[in-house]
Amino acid sequence: MSEIQIGDLKAFPDGDYRIVDVDGLEVGIFRRGKDFYAYENRCPHYGGPVCQGKILNRVEENLGPDKASRGLRFAAEEHIICPWHGVEFDLKTGRNRGFARYRLRPIPVKVRSGTVYLDIPG
Amino acid sequence: MPDASGRGAKNGTRKLRDLPKLDRLSDTRDVLAHAAKDARRLKDYIIIDVDAHVTELAFWAEINELIDSDVYRHIAHEMRQRPGTPALMNLQTGLTYQGLAGRIPHDDGPRETVTEKGVHPQVVITRRAMDSMGIDYMVVFPTPMLQLGMHPQPDVEIELSHAYNRWMTEKILPQDKRMKALVYLPFCDAGECERAVKEFGNKPGVIGFTVCSTRYKPVHHNSYMRLYSMIQEMGKPLAFHAGYHWGDPAMMQINRFIGMHALSFVQFNMLHVTNWVLNGMPERFPKLNTMWVESGLAWVTFLMQRLDSEYLMRSSEAPLLKRLPSDYIRDMYFTTQPLETSNLKLTEATFDAVNANTQLLYSSDWPHWDFNPPNSIADLPFLSEQSKRNILGLNAARLFKMEVPKKKLAQPPMNGAAG
Repeated sequence: MSEIQIGDLKAFPDGDYRIVDVDGLEVGIFRRGKDFYAYENRCPHYGGPVCQGKILNRVEENLGPDKASRGLRFAAEEHIICPWHGVEFDLKTGRNRGFARYRLRPIPVKVRSGTVYLDIPG
Repeated sequence: MPDASGRGAKNGTRKLRDLPKLDRLSDTRDVLAHAAKDARRLKDYIIIDVDAHVTELAFWAEINELIDSDVYRHIAHEMRQRPGTPALMNLQTGLTYQGLAGRIPHDDGPRETVTEKGVHPQVVITRRAMDSMGIDYMVVFPTPMLQLGMHPQPDVEIELSHAYNRWMTEKILPQDKRMKALVYLPFCDAGECERAVKEFGNKPGVIGFTVCSTRYKPVHHNSYMRLYSMIQEMGKPLAFHAGYHWGDPAMMQINRFIGMHALSFVQFNMLHVTNWVLNGMPERFPKLNTMWVESGLAWVTFLMQRLDSEYLMRSSEAPLLKRLPSDYIRDMYFTTQPLETSNLKLTEATFDAVNANTQLLYSSDWPHWDFNPPNSIADLPFLSEQSKRNILGLNAARLFKMEVPKKKLAQPPMNGAAG
């Protein structure tokens, strides 16, 4: 692993994300408060630029106590959505909800002294 | 050290570069930058994409102005004065769902910037896609016009299809020899189809004919026999491009686009293949090659087995057949997209059943939401090297009588829109 300095913390607004190419390895870096999440920018579906698309909350179906549908609504969890085909991954776990084999490759990310670093393989 | 954006900066010996967020305005080359990386891996494969799409509504005024009828040309002109109205079109519920509520922005395009002068913007955008995916030739179909078979006014399909064929053969195909097209046949009227064959069938870049098959017209009707003879004589294939119709009474029971889309394409392909085979069209026109477009492949093996089972008991109802229905289906051509791969054993069995090595043709369906890049075929673990080459391009070259270039024509950009 090599520790790579990516940039000043100020360049990562809370709730936003950046995608960087480090010598050919593309990484999406997502900031949520003090927490950072980073994944390789490659979708396990067809290799799409998964981190370069939209972030939207997971859609859930609102069921009543009688199991009747009361319609759709957004849940609390955020999803990273691949812009090629719409494949979704939980922002905090990198996992696809319906197909366990689909999972984003996590990249270690940390903040030290106001600077964001990635641990890049190799 | 990188600056705040990190753009192009160096960190020690590492080179850092920010990548763009992708949205509706993004350049095709940025959207497909990952495909370009994969394309460089396939640099010695000749790739022919037999089903991609233009976005004709973006150039709708141009096409409308090519309408023959002065009355319909006037109607189209006036309809365009109403903001947001695609003149004369029967746009149905479904098309606006394709972009998945903004999740798949390229499906809502094209809205990217085109600054190139002297080249039609559609050609520029298609070139970007071809080069990014390493596609040497791309066969383009329309997009919303695929649903014109459900238009209540046959006159409108005839006028719009003629204008589209003129637009394609006069304004698009002459600008890039890597773009190919099939003549749109207004299948609502057999005579008009024959006129289209005569007028456009031998134009440069035209490599066959297509029926936009989302419609309730039996393909075996006697009125089409002269049309099929003409096409057979020309030696070019006849494609049936499926689509969906959420207004179909059966489909109206489905409340989500995903379910309707999964079934409706297949419904039309199954209907038409069934009629084509059981009415003995392959026996009547043995040299007419047919290509069945855009429904994936899983449905084909279902239909082969189902028709064979019933034929063995009721052959008197299909008296023109001399072989099993599946034997005729195995001689047809099919396109790959949208490829089903969640169970690769089934995918492999399907490829075997349809004689993929000689009959299957790679298709991307770009720029639609469920497109398949060439690695959808190149990365299949069960295919031989030769089968990959056949499916990705050589089968199409044989079917469409296209010369196989000695070296690749596509040049994938190294760095998205930046070049």
